[in-house]
Amino acid sequence: MGKFFVKQKDIVVPGEELAEGMDILPSVWTYREGDKIIARRVGLVDIKGRTIKLIPLSGKYIPKKNDVIICKVTDISFNGWRVDTNSAYPAMLSIREATSDYIAKGTDLTQYLNIGEYIVAKVINVTSQKLVDISMKGPGLHKLRGGRIIRVSPHKVPRIIGKQGSMVSMLKRETKCQIVVGQNGLVWIKGEPDKELLVEKAIRKIEKESHTTGLTESIKSFLEKGL
Amino acid sequence: MYEKRLDGRDFDEVRKMEAKVGVIKRADGSAYFKFGNTWAYAAVYGPRNLYPKFLQDPSRGILRCNYNMMPFSSSGERVRPGGSRRSKEISLVTTNALLPVLDLDEFPNSVVDVFIELPQTEAGSRCAGINAAAMALADAGLAMKDLVSAVSVGRVGDKLLVDLDYSEEAYEEGPVADIPIAIMPSSGKITLLQMDGLLPKEDLKTLIGMARKACRRIYNLQKTALKEKYKSGE
Repeated sequence: MGKFFVKQKDIVVPGEELAEGMDILPSVWTYREGDKIIARRVGLVDIKGRTIKLIPLSGKYIPKKNDVIICKVTDISFNGWRVDTNSAYPAMLSIREATSDYIAKGTDLTQYLNIGEYIVAKVINVTSQKLVDISMKGPGLHKLRGGRIIRVSPHKVPRIIGKQGSMVSMLKRETKCQIVVGQNGLVWIKGEPDKELLVEKAIRKIEKESHTTGLTESIKSFLEKGL
Repeated sequence: MYEKRLDGRDFDEVRKMEAKVGVIKRADGSAYFKFGNTWAYAAVYGPRNLYPKFLQDPSRGILRCNYNMMPFSSSGERVRPGGSRRSKEISLVTTNALLPVLDLDEFPNSVVDVFIELPQTEAGSRCAGINAAAMALADAGLAMKDLVSAVSVGRVGDKLLVDLDYSEEAYEEGPVADIPIAIMPSSGKITLLQMDGLLPKEDLKTLIGMARKACRRIYNLQKTALKEKYKSGE
């Protein structure tokens, strides 16, 4: 019978032994060596029945299909735009994925998107060599005008959004700001300048206290105090 | 002959060690590791885009380590700033010591940069650098099958000892051999083994055994330092 060396939600480091026995299955970010299961990165232990996996705590964003991300336009080519995705790989936005307008040959593309501008886009394809294609066709995908961009750890994004968007919709409701959270760790905030700052402070607080329970409530009282 | 160590340590005792993770805010992963007066800071950036393009490897990401001693870090003369033969060699052996644990298959055409800076040194700097870099890489969230722990061992006069400091490396009344060793602690495999000096074969075997024991202690410190950072939920 297999034996676990760690408990649920323990923090482990690479090379740490997690379990022993062939009846326990290694899942993501773990590997088997002999009959032992070993951690492959820094993470939180998640045991489900007889499988063991790790939840990553740090690391850069890796582009994934269907993620909604915030990107910065870095270059313009013949057939579209090159954008920075806050990961190791830039992405391409082709003209047909950017707009439904008819664009004649030789049109100046800067009238749609210029270098340095931010967009909300969806990852539509990632190849094995990490060539990334993105699209701006779809609800909520658009160019960002005004406001401010802040960077957070991509692993904290689920906490900033909350269960079914509870956290981010609470932030929007309390501060009357428009907020877009990209899966790549970029957050766009637009509203009254002092409210923008308040949202930024709240998000930093979420990042710091992401592991605590009752986070939405404590952020709500934080916002009320700040208002 | 060399009867007692100059700083009063036991022969198998490592200098006072200190380690901390997450010390450089703008880096993707960072750590410092100190052996007594030898301090190494490591900062990891990446995986990120790699240029010039001919350096890219389409099958996996590459690792680039950069070892640098700061101008007034050593106890002797001022170190000339910038790269040297020595720093280039140490950068290379550091890269080779860390690569066996690192899995960069998921990041084709990209690079992970490791910058190791030494604000002050007193021997054992490449080992301190490797220890700091291993922690920083783990902190950067990269896939690794193990950490790497390194220590220097050697012979001063007729005594075998662990973690030589500068006064021992410069001992003049007898032969000195200095051997930096890096070990993957869980599997016990050796990723770095260099030697400066002469040594009988049997002594080398004993010294590797001593290094293994010391690395076990270093590994425990690295592990606690990493967990310490994430315990608070940062």
